[in-house]
Amino acid sequence: MAILGAINPMLSVGLDGDNAWRLADYVKRGGYTALRRILEEKVPQGEVINEVKKSVLRGRGGAGFPTGLKWSFMPRSFPGDKYVVCNSDEGEPGTFKDRDILRYNPHSVIEGMAIAAYAMGAGRGYNYIHGEVWEIYQRFEEALDEARAAGFIGNDLLGSGFSFELFAHHGYGAYICGEETALLESIEGKKGQPRFKPPFPASFGLYGKPTTINNTETFASIPYIMNLGGESYLEAGKANNGGTKLFSVSGHVNRPGNYEVPLGTPFATLLEMAGGMRAGRKLKACIPGGSSAPVVPAATMMDCTMDYDSISKAGSMLGSGAVIVMDETTCMVKALERLSFFYYEESCGQCTPCREGTSWLYKVVHRIEGGRGRSDDLELLASVTTNIMGRTICALGDAASMPVQSFIKHFRDEFAYHIEHRKCLVPVDVQRAGSGFFTATA
Amino acid sequence: MLTSESLKRIDREIAKYPADQKQSAVMAALAIAQEEQGWLPSEAIECVANYLGMAPIAAYEVASFYNMYDLRPVGKYKVSVCTNLPCMLSGGVDAGEYLKQKLGIGYNETTPDGLITLKESECMGACGDAPVVIINNRRMCSWMHPEQIDKLLAELK
Repeated sequence: MAILGAINPMLSVGLDGDNAWRLADYVKRGGYTALRRILEEKVPQGEVINEVKKSVLRGRGGAGFPTGLKWSFMPRSFPGDKYVVCNSDEGEPGTFKDRDILRYNPHSVIEGMAIAAYAMGAGRGYNYIHGEVWEIYQRFEEALDEARAAGFIGNDLLGSGFSFELFAHHGYGAYICGEETALLESIEGKKGQPRFKPPFPASFGLYGKPTTINNTETFASIPYIMNLGGESYLEAGKANNGGTKLFSVSGHVNRPGNYEVPLGTPFATLLEMAGGMRAGRKLKACIPGGSSAPVVPAATMMDCTMDYDSISKAGSMLGSGAVIVMDETTCMVKALERLSFFYYEESCGQCTPCREGTSWLYKVVHRIEGGRGRSDDLELLASVTTNIMGRTICALGDAASMPVQSFIKHFRDEFAYHIEHRKCLVPVDVQRAGSGFFTATA
Repeated sequence: MLTSESLKRIDREIAKYPADQKQSAVMAALAIAQEEQGWLPSEAIECVANYLGMAPIAAYEVASFYNMYDLRPVGKYKVSVCTNLPCMLSGGVDAGEYLKQKLGIGYNETTPDGLITLKESECMGACGDAPVVIINNRRMCSWMHPEQIDKLLAELK
């Protein structure tokens, strides 16, 4: 099954069959009716954008920026080419929802992009797909062929006079390309290094033309918004947090996987849906929005609801909806060490504070974990993070710093123990048992 | 030096982009070249660059930036295992150790018979399937516990 569980779902309805991803199946469950209606009734562009604004759909890639507002930044009367780009470069540790959307419901993304292109007057689009999911990329190419043959993309859509060409671009292993301007550089055939903003992509995007970039789940939600109406979509979630959202639950739970629930659903409910804690152990901490989001201790997390505002109040970010669950077998120093290595490895090298800083963050956390920590290392780490944050072109530097700050803030004793006793507070055999590698069955 | 079959595939990629933006196809072209040759020798990178009308150094910059390109020879099968935090919590690191022990090699090493190269990898976007390995950048294998790894290695022999 595609999605392991859901409450009042939209995106994941009817995805159980093997052919759910096919055009015929998508059409049978109401697919492409929104695009068809918009084209046939020649709905004014501004009306489409207004409907998205009313839905309070917020960007599902991580930043949570209101989608309708983003669309309204595109210049209406620009005479040349305009682009819509889908960001399926899903590489934020903990996030694996776009993979399932593309695997089981690719036409919702295609329809959403076509509607977006119509609303913003864009003639061409690209979907940038994460390098490691080749099979998903191939399937999306097949779905594009189906949509093209049926006249939902290509020249003169359904005889409306509006044309929209859409293609898939396959990444090849660079986390930074999830940053929207790095992604554009990458499509242009260059190293994926972020651009200075401003100018923003809406005025200077792909090939220097006005471009709007949205996440896969954002585009996939558009047909549902158009069919339901913006207000009903908003009501499906909670105020200022419209609609349902896919949450990727990973780590120490019994049933890791994707779950679609209304925004505002209690974290406790989501945890229960994911089968509860593995082996009945106790929750220690949770990273609620992908590896870049600050970690939240168990007690605070259990009081949260899963929406942008509640998670932000708890001092973290809903981000991409990647919920990384850690139980009491987790060594927080080791967990942070692995994350810090990731950012060090993935820093594009363009800005000195990030290139050098991520290296130092990893080196220092690594030596603490290895029992070679120094008494002033926690202060050193704090100083490195403040010297990275806000001093780089893109958000990767901040993303590398926030885990360090939050892990030390909430689990300072554990770091101090490591430095003082030169070993883990959580015995190594307990940690190993936690992973379930030798005991779990596939 | 690339086969006409590879060049045909590259042409299909070029057609996705505006006529004056052939360079956009460089990532796909390098991936196709790597698939044909097993890795990316400088000659292959240069060949791709010439075919797309871009400077060889610009193609090399791309080949060296994205980590799924292999700028040095690898075994017949490149086995990449994700050890990032979500995978680690569900056995990704253990799977890497198990593979090392079974193959008698470390990360970035190749078995003496040239069959398997083992790589430690960053997030593959499949954390719910942990432990996860990818074969030759193309085939993703999910829930790789000891029994499944044994089966995979037997198949790759």
